[in-house]
Amino acid sequence: MDLQLSDEQTMLVESVRRFVVDEIVPLETGLDPDADELDPADRDRLVAKVRAMGLYGLDIPAEFGGPGIDLVTRCLLAVEMSQHRAGLYAPCYGVFGGAGLAQLYDANDDQKQRYLYPLLRGEREGFFALTEPSGGSDPARAIRTTAYRDGDEWVLNGTKLYISGADRADFGITFARTGDAGREGITCFIVDADAPGFHVRRVVHSLRSAHYATEIEYDNLRVPHRNVVGEVNGGFQIANDRLSRNRIPYAAGCIGVAVKAQEMAIAWARERETFGAPLATRQAVQWMIVDNEIDIRQARWLTLDAAARADRGEPFRTAAAMAKLVATEAAGRVVDRSMQIHGGAGMTKDLPLERWYRELRIRRIGEGPSEVQRIIMARDLIGGSFK
Amino acid sequence: MALDPANVARLGGQLGVYEVADGEGRVALIAYAGGRSPFGLRGELESQLAQRGAGWQFRVEVTMAYLTRWRELLMVHVADHGGPPPGNIDDGAVLGRMSPA
Repeated sequence: MDLQLSDEQTMLVESVRRFVVDEIVPLETGLDPDADELDPADRDRLVAKVRAMGLYGLDIPAEFGGPGIDLVTRCLLAVEMSQHRAGLYAPCYGVFGGAGLAQLYDANDDQKQRYLYPLLRGEREGFFALTEPSGGSDPARAIRTTAYRDGDEWVLNGTKLYISGADRADFGITFARTGDAGREGITCFIVDADAPGFHVRRVVHSLRSAHYATEIEYDNLRVPHRNVVGEVNGGFQIANDRLSRNRIPYAAGCIGVAVKAQEMAIAWARERETFGAPLATRQAVQWMIVDNEIDIRQARWLTLDAAARADRGEPFRTAAAMAKLVATEAAGRVVDRSMQIHGGAGMTKDLPLERWYRELRIRRIGEGPSEVQRIIMARDLIGGSFK
Repeated sequence: MALDPANVARLGGQLGVYEVADGEGRVALIAYAGGRSPFGLRGELESQLAQRGAGWQFRVEVTMAYLTRWRELLMVHVADHGGPPPGNIDDGAVLGRMSPA
């Protein structure tokens, strides 16, 4: 694999790196250390700059108005965009725009008109609700929310858990059991958040102290049949379709944080003196820095390899699972070692390390936990009959 | 408890959320002591005491999740009372909708 960047990739990487250093990092000195939102005026100003750079809506497919960049380049940019305090979960505080709800790219024209295009124009907000109290890693079996047909409507009952943004959204993509147990009995619906029977029951706090999830309840929520996405009982495929692809830039974001933590560790080791000599002269510290670099390079290779396979149209499920597993776990180790090198300062909110440490722990669970990534790889390597 | 010098002096410097209410218990402000608050909750409540004087009450919760807990308290207040407390009207906080069971 050739990892030499093209001239265009080099230019994009350098411009995003400059944007982070010049525009994002200075704003963080005035924000709460756990903040994940900018002041609206700053946000609008930076969104305008990103639009002028031609990079707004990075994850939106070209046919829907996005810049149409390949996945390798997208990952290279993700590494840059996460190199600031809020960068893991709020890269550049969202000024590069979101992807919308990817499932809506496969919706019918009527649904796109009513939901996708307003979402991409920023006029409406959406949420994605798959996980339930009964589980999230195995949706085919865990989904207990039910839907039955009543004339031209469906009636939904059930609870969804760890749902981001449902309290602020106008609508959401959700999944309910409409048939037999297993993956063949699940249907995907678009639900309106202002409909009777839609309730946000509670806020769920987590290690991400600036971002909460919610628990939502459907209590005889009536959904018109025209809001069924895809085929009745065909929802599982819709839920799964983009999971593998999403894991690759998800891994890349972790690498950016690790790169920044390593830079900080090296700078501190050179500067800080103990017992009459810089930390950098101590073998224990040198080895931690070397181990950091090994972790970062392994994660970067695997992530870019997965992206390159996806760009070439080759099977990439195993490569994506491996990248996700390695990058999330490696970045956690890198930040942990960097905190150790920083000593007491590394534990404080004066530095971003403690925030990355907390947030990276979630990355080993989000988008499929490490154990599920191993299951995916084992199925591909050994064969389906051993699953 | 009463917003007075003795009660405020007993507070620690931790991060967390707090509410200030009038003598009748009507919540006037929901706020937090965040990562940049000098002296944490004690500093914030000292500031409230200096601004408001006597006759007010307060409560605090020590929590590292001060940002999300602050939003949650505001959302619950809006669900119960139809709007934010008077001291939060100009916050500019974008709040979600809740319908607690």
